[in-house]
Amino acid sequence: MEKNVLLQMKDIHKTFPGVYALKDINLEVRAGEVHALLGENGAGKSTLIKVLGGIYQADQGEIFIDGNKVDISDVRDAQQQGISIIHQELVLVPYMTVAENIYLGREPKNGLFVNHRKMEEDAQKLLDAYQMEIDAAMVVANLTTAQQQMVEIVKAISFDSKILVMDEPTSSISDKEVEFLFNTMRILTEKGVGIIYISHKMSELDQICDRVTVLRDGKYVGTEVVKETTKEKLISMMVGRELQKYYTRDFQNAGEVVLKCEKISDGKLVKDATFEIRKGEIVGFSGLVGSGRSELMKCVFGLNQNFTGDITINEKKVKIKSPIDAIKNGIALVPEDRKKEGLYKVQSVKYNSTIEVLDEFIKGIIVNYSKEEAITQKYIDMMSTKTPSQDQIIGNLSGGNQQKVMIGRWLATTPKILILDEPTRGVDVGAKSEIYARMNELVKKGVSIIMISSELPEIINMSDRIYVMNSGRIAGCLQRDGISQEHIMQLAAS
Amino acid sequence: MAEITISKTQNSNNRFVKSFKGFIRDNLGIIIAFLILVIFLTLSPVTRSIFPTQKNVFNVLRQISTNLYLACGMTMVIILGGIDLSVGSIIALTGCVGAAIVSRYGLPIAAAIVGGLLVGLLFGIFNGFVISKTTIPPFIVTLATMNIAKGLAYVYTGGAPVRVVTKEWQFLGAGYVGPFPTPVIILIGVLILTGIIMNKTQIGRHIYAVGGNAQAAQFSGINVQKVKFFVHAYSGLLAGLAGMVLASRMYSGQPTAGDGAEMDAIAAVVVGGTSMAGGSGKIGGTIIGGLIIGVLNNGLNLLNVNSFWQYVVKGVVILLAVYIDFIRNSKAKH
Repeated sequence: MEKNVLLQMKDIHKTFPGVYALKDINLEVRAGEVHALLGENGAGKSTLIKVLGGIYQADQGEIFIDGNKVDISDVRDAQQQGISIIHQELVLVPYMTVAENIYLGREPKNGLFVNHRKMEEDAQKLLDAYQMEIDAAMVVANLTTAQQQMVEIVKAISFDSKILVMDEPTSSISDKEVEFLFNTMRILTEKGVGIIYISHKMSELDQICDRVTVLRDGKYVGTEVVKETTKEKLISMMVGRELQKYYTRDFQNAGEVVLKCEKISDGKLVKDATFEIRKGEIVGFSGLVGSGRSELMKCVFGLNQNFTGDITINEKKVKIKSPIDAIKNGIALVPEDRKKEGLYKVQSVKYNSTIEVLDEFIKGIIVNYSKEEAITQKYIDMMSTKTPSQDQIIGNLSGGNQQKVMIGRWLATTPKILILDEPTRGVDVGAKSEIYARMNELVKKGVSIIMISSELPEIINMSDRIYVMNSGRIAGCLQRDGISQEHIMQLAAS
Repeated sequence: MAEITISKTQNSNNRFVKSFKGFIRDNLGIIIAFLILVIFLTLSPVTRSIFPTQKNVFNVLRQISTNLYLACGMTMVIILGGIDLSVGSIIALTGCVGAAIVSRYGLPIAAAIVGGLLVGLLFGIFNGFVISKTTIPPFIVTLATMNIAKGLAYVYTGGAPVRVVTKEWQFLGAGYVGPFPTPVIILIGVLILTGIIMNKTQIGRHIYAVGGNAQAAQFSGINVQKVKFFVHAYSGLLAGLAGMVLASRMYSGQPTAGDGAEMDAIAAVVVGGTSMAGGSGKIGGTIIGGLIIGVLNNGLNLLNVNSFWQYVVKGVVILLAVYIDFIRNSKAKH
């Protein structure tokens, strides 16, 4: 056995009624390493982490920490063993200060009363120690997502955690913030903390991870040293087959200009943005989080009525005052945050697929159910969505399949211009690759796609052109030949 | 296309069977509870001579009717993620206004019905207007209109009932259409109308969308304000209807009528499986919920249970019914 093994999970089994969620899983994390946990959605990563965190109990198997067998039967046990989990959905209390959040439930006291001064001072010391420019007295709701994540990390560190689990920490922060996060992680590993890192972004493995364990369908596939393996090998371990092509894109000559936006401003985050999209193009929009990309598209889609500037579609000036106007003009928008802005999660796949096109099968009080089913099936097939039935509640599908239903929902409106805001966020590798292939098919049919993405490899490989936004302005437009990550970052961060 | 037309009749039969099975499956707990209650009251030596008689059954249905009018509106309001506390008070005000139109001003009964419904509708429109145009929570808005309507009923009547003692006046609440009580016939109409709105129209689907995820509904291009406005106006209108039917049954408009009626309506809706979180629920469940509460009230009376204790029993039953659903749902999740 290797020296300084911090955590060992051995032969972990976990079943839910009717489902084998984890079968014979092994995971070993050493002190001072970042250990990636890879697998498609539904592979068992979350379940394994929940077993480690004491939220679920394993049916079989053993957990060793520093070589001692431990029994983790609830969340408190896990904390006492030095395990901290930073969940994908941040769980801070929004209307409390940073300090109050860090010391929630264990506030320093003066007799009966909370000693606010000491609490803030202690919190500030911790924040400063990791060079985080965050004021401990700030209310959490006023922080950016990235800052909130930093607060979560500091909170975890303040428990003297030896093992830190991070569940997709980079899914909603910009590249610059990712860099900062990685630096923080390096400081932690130097102190001997072991980090379990869950991510769908393969490109991050080289940057930050030492070893990687791959799970598939609840089973252990293998552990590799990152420096000695290839991306292709890891992907095939994950999906269980060779992916022929990760990105599918047949570049073609773009047609005439279909959408032209001139001097769009929303008075806050978008400033004088001018751009145009041609028929059959995929146009990427890159930039840091908060650079105004989503806000710009909200103007184009009529979600912000108070913008100024001109929108021209097929050489005709149009007024877009609401999403209804946008849809009439052939625009569709698949929003960034599908949970908040897209899903009706207690409703069926069928309901979610057809909500935009009720006109096509409900006339007055006559519902043509066969047509409703036919429409739903058409887009399930087109997107190759995996669902047990049309009546399945959408909240029970994996993130990738939910996203496919979302895209299908908008394809049903037969848009000429499809805006995809972070189309592959929280989507596993297999589904990502399928979404790229569908995008390629759509532009071949003459649809124009605007893709906002924070994932540089994705946007570079899929786009004909890339507009880079910086503080609400369009900082530049890069043509396909000669785009590099460096070019984009220069424009985005200057 | 040819295939679709051929299999259409078969499909619609299947669909009916499927949705009926779905109805049974979704409401299994409360359907069993309802059947147990009915069987017990039919067999119990104390009640068996009264409960299953036509007179008593009609009496129960008559009482259930007004609660279910309210519950139809309330189901939509709750699916929308809101609540309507004002319906009980609207009953009082519409009843008083309707009765006064006949007894004070000597106008025909048709005018009273129109006037009463209009009062309910106007309150609903007001609720809908404020709730759709502002972000004030529906709980607060309807709490305010509840007090306003109740207050106006007292001011208008000076606290005394407005009596109407004509045979025609009783038709709506105490009369019969053929062999069936009028309120029950009206109820069937209201249920069909509500069922159609919720299941067969675009706005029906939009109600689920707005209640399930208002932000997504906005992204979907759904007119969220219109949906909220419509649902609250409909709830007000049905409260007006309940007010008129009740005033007819009591030969008078009374400012104390409808006291706490909103709570019985809410109880019917939640016992019927509609989630207070919004976004899901079915009118079929509400019907069973209303039946349970009505039969329970009747049974407790027939069993001579002290009326103070009746509240306690009703509370326990509501909690049990919702708890059973909670258990079933949390099992279904895994």
